[in-house]
Amino acid sequence: MSDIHKQAFIEEALELLAELEVSLIELEKSPDDKEIIAKVFRALHTIKGSSGMFGYDDITMFTHDIETVYHLIRNGDIKITKQIIDLTLLAKDQIKLMLDNEGGTRYNDEQITGEIIASFRKMVTDFHSKEDKSAKTEKKHNDSVAAQNSEFKSFYLLFEPNEDIFLSGTNPIMILNELASLGKYIIAGDYSKIPSLYDFNPEKCYSSWEMIIRTDKGMDAIKDAFIFIEDQCFIKVNEIDQSDLLRNDDNFARFEQFVKTNGMKLAGALEQFDRDLKQAAFKETAQIKKAREGQDVHKEADTTSSLRVSSDKLDNLVNLVGELVTLQARLNQVASNTQDQAVQSISEEVERITWSLRDSALNIRMLTIGSTFSKFNRLVRDLSKELGKEVELTTEGAETELDKTVIEKLNDPLVHIIRNSIDHGIETPEKRERMGKPKVGRVHLSAAHSGGNVLIKISDDGAGLNREAILEKAWASGIVAQGAELSDSEIFSLIFAPGFSTAKTVTNVSGRGVGMDVVKRGVESIRGTIEVTSKEWVGTTITLKLPLTLAIIDGLLVSIGDDNYILPLSAVEECIELTKTDVENSHGRNLVNVRGGIIPYINLRESLKIEGIRPPIEQIVISNLNGTKVGFVVDKVFGQHQTVLKTLGKFYNNVEGVSGATILGDGSIALILDIAKLCEREEIVQ
Amino acid sequence: MSKSIMTVDDSASVRQMVSFTLREAGYDVIEACDGLDALSKFSGKNLNLIVTDLNMPNLDGIELIKRIRTGTENKFVPILMLTTESQDEKKIQGKQAGATGWIIKPFKPEQLLAVIKKVIG
Amino acid sequence: MNGTTINETRQYLTFKLSDEMFGVDVAQVREILDYIKITKVPQTPDFMCGVINLRGSVVPVVDMNLKFSMAKTERTVNTCIVVVEVNIDGDTTVLGALVDSVQEVFEIEPENIEPAPRIGTKLKTEFIKGMGKHNERFIIILDIDKIFSSEELLSVKENSIVADAPASN
Repeated sequence: MSDIHKQAFIEEALELLAELEVSLIELEKSPDDKEIIAKVFRALHTIKGSSGMFGYDDITMFTHDIETVYHLIRNGDIKITKQIIDLTLLAKDQIKLMLDNEGGTRYNDEQITGEIIASFRKMVTDFHSKEDKSAKTEKKHNDSVAAQNSEFKSFYLLFEPNEDIFLSGTNPIMILNELASLGKYIIAGDYSKIPSLYDFNPEKCYSSWEMIIRTDKGMDAIKDAFIFIEDQCFIKVNEIDQSDLLRNDDNFARFEQFVKTNGMKLAGALEQFDRDLKQAAFKETAQIKKAREGQDVHKEADTTSSLRVSSDKLDNLVNLVGELVTLQARLNQVASNTQDQAVQSISEEVERITWSLRDSALNIRMLTIGSTFSKFNRLVRDLSKELGKEVELTTEGAETELDKTVIEKLNDPLVHIIRNSIDHGIETPEKRERMGKPKVGRVHLSAAHSGGNVLIKISDDGAGLNREAILEKAWASGIVAQGAELSDSEIFSLIFAPGFSTAKTVTNVSGRGVGMDVVKRGVESIRGTIEVTSKEWVGTTITLKLPLTLAIIDGLLVSIGDDNYILPLSAVEECIELTKTDVENSHGRNLVNVRGGIIPYINLRESLKIEGIRPPIEQIVISNLNGTKVGFVVDKVFGQHQTVLKTLGKFYNNVEGVSGATILGDGSIALILDIAKLCEREEIVQ
Repeated sequence: MSKSIMTVDDSASVRQMVSFTLREAGYDVIEACDGLDALSKFSGKNLNLIVTDLNMPNLDGIELIKRIRTGTENKFVPILMLTTESQDEKKIQGKQAGATGWIIKPFKPEQLLAVIKKVIG
Repeated sequence: MNGTTINETRQYLTFKLSDEMFGVDVAQVREILDYIKITKVPQTPDFMCGVINLRGSVVPVVDMNLKFSMAKTERTVNTCIVVVEVNIDGDTTVLGALVDSVQEVFEIEPENIEPAPRIGTKLKTEFIKGMGKHNERFIIILDIDKIFSSEELLSVKENSIVADAPASN
């Protein structure tokens, strides 16, 4: 088997293991859910089934007993227990190790796997002993290499298929062919039951056959031919040992001739065989064939399934598409300058395809965050167990899409944050009960789009941050000058300072003072920001604000002076005109009256220090920023524009108020404005 | 003319392995990832054989067999089930639904071809 | 990277900035563009002209005259953008250098390159790999990795955050 197939198997198996884990954790919560049990079974089943085919016999063996247990669980014979879940999770880890370490020293910790298997087997035997049944353990790869005594024997065979044999897709001719391949044979068909054409039902089988076979393969080989239809036919097989005339080849041939010439029937002791019947046998063959659907229609094979592609190739594709977009814009321009209708229509067609190509290319890179979220179930489960806490993880917005690279880099920071929440945040069940909180702590993960960003919130209902403890610690470690007073948000952000930890004991989980600063750096490396809010005794919420690095944003295309800008459409509520009179009436304050409500606005031309003269009528784009309405004054509003965010690169890394750029249809660049940052800045300036 | 076989399995690797084996052996192969997918790719094609897994999401193998046998198109097509030995009653269910035969997983390519030969020659 | 000595024969692309000749290793030059519209990014120092669309990529452009504290590059028919690849902290970044005009490409043997003079240029010495001699003219061979190093970028950031107190996250 080629390596490509093996690789495909490994990747698939890893996916299945991940699914398995998710299902197991769900199962723990609702142990009676039949659908989840079926899912678990299916995952195990597939792993077992395919591993053997790709040379992972150890995995097949290992998974076999686990599958058996889940089979019994599915039948309702065994109940799901915490122990089973624990064991299965352990087993899942082992399978992963077996997969991982292929190539070098193949990992198979016999002791661990042995113990796991023993536990599963015990469940099975416990169940079977109840049933007073012996557990079958050995695999039977019974290829029925029966009776290898190379001795030729002759057999008489009667084969009467049930009338409805065709409905099982069985072609009796195939069985006869198989029998024929065993050695020398004489065949006779009985077609007496075939009705007249009026009563004839082509879906039914009216024929039966007699056969004499001379073979060295033994009785088992003959019975093997009927293995699939044992219960759909009448079969009689007798060894013809008393009959000398079939003992050697010459006699057999002579008998054959005898049967042929005398037309005697085969039944009983080789009496009559009718040559005409044999002739009819071929007619019948044709009839059966006709009864079945037409055959051998050549069809081209189509394949679906997914492909795995390295992300380098995708990046390359996206870049090429970017180039194509620009070229297309040029083509468009040239086409519109010519009078040639044909060229114009080609250009339009190319444009249409280019845009859909661009969209699909970018979409390939977008992944939902759900798979990342679901990984944390295991983390939360294991951690809370280790720390003697009871924690439930809930998630929201798993369908939120983010660029693949962002998702990948998000994993580590999230792990750290969740670890911290459980270790430092959530109290022990006893303590929680004493405090009148629900015994089970809660960690909530949510993802949502917000104004061109994705907000990921990790909140817990734990102890919250102790303002004083942090401040004292900060004073003591010299991060903040002794005695300096800070605002809440300033204090909370101290937990991200390097070397800062408030945990009194260093645990295995967190509390070594590395962690939160790593989190911060991790988030910043994907141009995100991090924010903490916390209330003592109530809980802590950490909010990550992430850019949609490569995401497609619905934007509002506007212009100020000669340049175009994009405002994230998600925040935009409406656009209204701002006339000179409005400006004069507000007496130098940047406020505008919209249907009776006073809305502050930011003049982007001033704010961004763009040169040029304000046109007499400007436009205000009213946006909603976390519930507050703010207007942004621009020269012109062009309308909605789907944009591809491009980073400005290292060079413009920290330009405030600009989150990236996009290339417009004509190849020019429009900057994408970060309106939240712009507001923040404006507030600071004021 | 080569015979066309549809392989139905939710495991892409098994499906790939099966179709690779079959193509090597000169069959035309149509792949489907579950029962529903199989049915959707079914129409208008004359199949010589279907090799289907039993445990699948959306529409499992047994149900797929039932639908084929009670339908009109390819009603008599031979159908092989992929099962494991722990699933004896599945095998029986499958037979009752109208399966032609079965292959026990895990199997080697030669075993697969042998069973196919048995069923469609 | 040791930029102080050059000991192999290399090809250099030469260009003019305010009548001085500069050279960059052609290995770092990707292409040369005619002047195209540059989109200014607000609140950035003057020498950062803005960004251009280079076949679908957004590429920053630097006015080399301003970067070297000379008079702003006036746009003429000869004005060019030299697209170079620079290495910033191990990452290759593409950027455009706006220059008065591009001259030619030629080889300079190591023996015709002298170390950078300590005084007498407006440039920081560390930006200069050496002084090449070609047809009796001196060419200042630039170390563009140094010019766009992260420290230099950092100073860009500091400039860009004009008067704002660094907001704590």
